Amino acid sequence: MSDAAAPPALRFDGVTRRFGSVVAIDRLSLDIFAGEFFALLGPSGCGKSTPLRLAAGFDAPSEGRILLHGAPLTAPPHLRPVNMMFQSYALFPHMSVADNVTFGLKQEGLPKAEIAARVSEMLALVQLSALGARKPHQLSGGQRQRVALARALAKRPQVLLLDEPLAALDKKLRAETQFELKRLQRRLGTTFVIVTHDQEEAMTVADRMAVMQAGTVAQVGTPDEIYEHPASRYVADFIGDVNLLQGRVVRTDASSVVVACDGFGEIIAGPAPEARVGETIWLALRPEKIAVSEGGRAGVGQNEVTGTVVEVGYRGEQSMLEVRTAAGSILKVSVTNRRRRAADGPAVGESVRLTFAADDIVALTR
Amino acid sequence: MRKGLSFTNLTALALGLAFLYLPIAILVIYSFNTSRLVTVWGGWSTRWYTALLADRALLDAAFVSLRVGFISATAASILGTLAAVALARARLFRLRASFSALLYAPIVMPEVITGLTLLLFFVAIDLDRGVWTVTLAHITVTMCFVTLIVQARLASFDWSLEDAAMDLGAPPSRAFLAVTLPLIWPAVAAGWLLAFTLSLDDLVIASFTTGPGATTLPIRIYSDVRLGVKPEINAICTVMIATVALVVIAASLLTKRRAAH
Ligand SMILES: Nc1ncnc2c1ncn2[C@@H]1O[C@H](COP(=O)(O)OP(=O)(O)O)[C@@H](O)[C@H]1O
Ligand SMILES: [Mg+2]
Repeated sequence: MSDAAAPPALRFDGVTRRFGSVVAIDRLSLDIFAGEFFALLGPSGCGKSTPLRLAAGFDAPSEGRILLHGAPLTAPPHLRPVNMMFQSYALFPHMSVADNVTFGLKQEGLPKAEIAARVSEMLALVQLSALGARKPHQLSGGQRQRVALARALAKRPQVLLLDEPLAALDKKLRAETQFELKRLQRRLGTTFVIVTHDQEEAMTVADRMAVMQAGTVAQVGTPDEIYEHPASRYVADFIGDVNLLQGRVVRTDASSVVVACDGFGEIIAGPAPEARVGETIWLALRPEKIAVSEGGRAGVGQNEVTGTVVEVGYRGEQSMLEVRTAAGSILKVSVTNRRRRAADGPAVGESVRLTFAADDIVALTR
Repeated sequence: MRKGLSFTNLTALALGLAFLYLPIAILVIYSFNTSRLVTVWGGWSTRWYTALLADRALLDAAFVSLRVGFISATAASILGTLAAVALARARLFRLRASFSALLYAPIVMPEVITGLTLLLFFVAIDLDRGVWTVTLAHITVTMCFVTLIVQARLASFDWSLEDAAMDLGAPPSRAFLAVTLPLIWPAVAAGWLLAFTLSLDDLVIASFTTGPGATTLPIRIYSDVRLGVKPEINAICTVMIATVALVVIAASLLTKRRAAH
């Protein structure tokens, strides 16, 4: 999708922003390519909105530069070819839906006919053509969200910045809107940068994402890279459910590492080239990567642990089990509820045999 | 919830209202008195209102007051709104608390002191006293009231609206005029009306800062009354009460509208 030779659509080059003694973002360096749907993901307060506000021009970096297609971004907000969709939507309450969308185009001094055409095009794009005359307070939350999107897109920005655009919607509508947003982005080809604290949302919409940790980037990658190859315990723990087992390296070679974990014995994990024998490392094991076999049947996979089910959390499509191993450690295991009313999942108190492949375990040194 | 007022509450309310409004009611009634004697009722008439129209001195004073009120309220509204916006926008502004406190000073300061300090100031900078010094004095005093009213509105203002306007291509001044001002104008208008009434009403500060040829209505009335109460005074006071009442009602309607928004 992106031309490797072209400069990135948006580049943060060692950007720091301090508020008094608080460091909101710390030497942030990030490349976002043209046409990409990029997500900034992290817990609240970790410094996700600050880079957006810096890119939009509402705030200036304490150090570092921001480049748009290779050119330093220093113009005041009203002269920057980027637009922002605000978390609160920030719709002008005294203007109709159509006037809200018109506002930005009027500032450009476009001819009246073109403005009218563009406004109706935008309202059609977000399926609000019938509601142009309404005031924002006469709309539902989902409709308001779409007006905000249409208003920000009307100016055809080079980069659209979205600050938690779906946070105010209920879960179901949010899930639908995520797909809509993705379709829209693909159709327009505009570079989207979305900020969210919802990892499912980031994984659903984004081509690539950055996981933020206290003002710095913990990892950048595609959603599956980040899920399957987390770079640190922080990332593994923040994205999805995970079992983190601490242990000491016993043996290591090109294809695997053997780790002695407290409460589990020796576990063979995927390769960890940086790990040295005797060092303490962590193994990240996703609950869905563990196979459960009841009773005495043998499973597949190089690793095997036996234990007793102590808790079953029913979630509908799947259940999350907590299994206590013989040595007293707890493992989270998820089982898919494939059949209706069938007692195919183990019950509390049952003893189970857990197996998992070495390749499904990520060895982490951080 | 209580259903109605008890007898005691009703009496207390009636007494309180009478205490506040009986003198005004008597003044209004006596302005329609035929008799020249202020204390003797001689039947209904509007002759003092007609006489008013012939009283040049009083009409001139009324005109001066209206002019001072109009100009000072307008200037105070502009300056007061700008001050309120500056104080609200500068969220990290270190001295903000002290500046906000300074705003209250002219409100709690005894008028005699304010009048005196302004007089000394005008003398010090060698400004000829007249309509303009009274106007300047009124701007100084009423501006704080405008700032307080507008500041109260801005406390709940969503500044991302202004950010959004700039993001969409409006320079800061246009963002303020097209988005912020239309949303806070009821508060600005209420501030204007309050500033106007305060100016129309003021005797003390105007007396200190006025000069030859700049007699405001309250000064005129006060000097007339010292020579004895004329029935025309009742009439002009009734007109003033009506004006102020209209302005206050308008201001409270604006405030209500603002709250309902
Ligand atoms: N205007 C500001 N003044 C002071 N501190 C701020 C300001 N904006 C953000 N911060 C601080 O910077 C940190 C990151 O903020 P932000 O980027 O808004 O986080 P997020 O969007 O991830 O919740 C927070 O600790 C926040 O308190
Ligand atoms: Mg935020």
